[in-house]
Amino acid sequence: MELREELLYSKSHEWVKEEGDEAIIGLTDYAQSELGDLVFVNLPEEGDEISMGESFADVESVKAVSDVYAPLSGTVCGVNEELLDAPEKINEAPYEAWFVRVKDITEKEELLSAGEYQAFVESGNE
Amino acid sequence: MELKTPLYEAHVKAGGKMVSFGGYLLPVQYGTGVIKEHMAVRTQAGLFDVSHMGEILCEGKDSLSNLQMILTNNFDNMKDGQARYNPMCNDKGGTVDDLIVYKKADGHYFIVVNASNKDKDYQWMLDHQFGEVTFTDISGQYAQLALQGPKAMEILKKLTGEENIPEKYYYAVFDAEVAGIPCIVSKTGYTGEDGVELYLNSSQAEKMWDILLEAGKEEGLIPCGLGARDTLRMEAAMPLYGHEMDDTVSPLEAGLGFAVKMNKGDFIGKAELTDNPAFSRKRIGLKVIGRGVIRERQEVFSGEAKIGMTTSGTHCPYLGYPIAMALVEDGSVTRGDKIEVEVRGRRIEAEVVALPFYKRSK
Repeated sequence: MELREELLYSKSHEWVKEEGDEAIIGLTDYAQSELGDLVFVNLPEEGDEISMGESFADVESVKAVSDVYAPLSGTVCGVNEELLDAPEKINEAPYEAWFVRVKDITEKEELLSAGEYQAFVESGNE
Repeated sequence: MELKTPLYEAHVKAGGKMVSFGGYLLPVQYGTGVIKEHMAVRTQAGLFDVSHMGEILCEGKDSLSNLQMILTNNFDNMKDGQARYNPMCNDKGGTVDDLIVYKKADGHYFIVVNASNKDKDYQWMLDHQFGEVTFTDISGQYAQLALQGPKAMEILKKLTGEENIPEKYYYAVFDAEVAGIPCIVSKTGYTGEDGVELYLNSSQAEKMWDILLEAGKEEGLIPCGLGARDTLRMEAAMPLYGHEMDDTVSPLEAGLGFAVKMNKGDFIGKAELTDNPAFSRKRIGLKVIGRGVIRERQEVFSGEAKIGMTTSGTHCPYLGYPIAMALVEDGSVTRGDKIEVEVRGRRIEAEVVALPFYKRSK
């Protein structure tokens, strides 16, 4: 499992990169590896509101569809549309394959450091 | 309880992601992933552990007449070594299981059934047997490996002589050997590709697995999991019990009429299959036009009318687009029609297409 020290992590396996007042969200390496080969992504649009704890995107592997949950609430101000045509980038480079950029963040769940997230995954997600 | 096949340790060692299937722990995929495994079978070769499948012997003077009564296909013209695909009907015309019957010799038949239905099938056979016949569940003794793909026969030929390889599709050589290991070599499969399935003593499974993988290295042979097995069978439009058919779906609805011989004499379910309003559906193929993947058990609409449910669906790695199969009211749609499937609250457009989605060029 690959981790990035500079990122924060949610228990639903999204990574968050904070940049000033904004945040970028993607799926962790652990999540992409559990999901398997991804073949489709549905993303929100710029201007959409996303809410903490609720699904804001979904990813489809050959096996199943899975929700991607928002670890924070805010307004989408950037969408990585490249993923729509190339979902395999999430498998290949999960920490480069960001999903959305969010501004006007109103709430945020308690996020884990790389070390905490690793311990969380290794303990079986409980 | 979850059972392990004789290859459990080999799968874990090879990086298999183990899941429960039909009561067995089997790899859904290895580190390579479903797409690469799928493509290996379409373009080179893949090796599957299908030891979870059940094996039942049917023996005795009256074995043929028992098979004729219990199963829908016709067996009285089978040659030794020949295999025949079959639905097994219940007394309402629904499907108990689909299975393969091999004729070893007169009075000796070898039956291969789905893992999840094995106990139900065996009990059904015992409950309906008559005369001089014995059904014996020998699943515990057998491992089954499937070597599939355009390079499969080339790999097999490195390990055994021509006399051990069936000449034709749906034939088997009993008492064969591969790499010196006794086995049954059957020219069958569940991928839509050329290849064989090997039945052998469980104790020899790991040895055979390793020998095959080593022999096929140059040809690009890789181990493949249940994920690829499912996407491959879907592309080839092969039905899967519990999806395209079950106890409430007739084999005719499931598109298995080729294995239902209405003119062979009586069999269980025959009367119920004829002109039965309960069986008004038909299996169709769908090619997704809209964005997204259609999965199983999603509602199918023609305009505003609900016409049926999907039975299987996935993104097809080889074809490069998502496909699905569905059971819909017979006559409600025809090839080329556009329909919609409701997926998580939104509708995805699909076109009715011919089955199979994929057919290999010979």
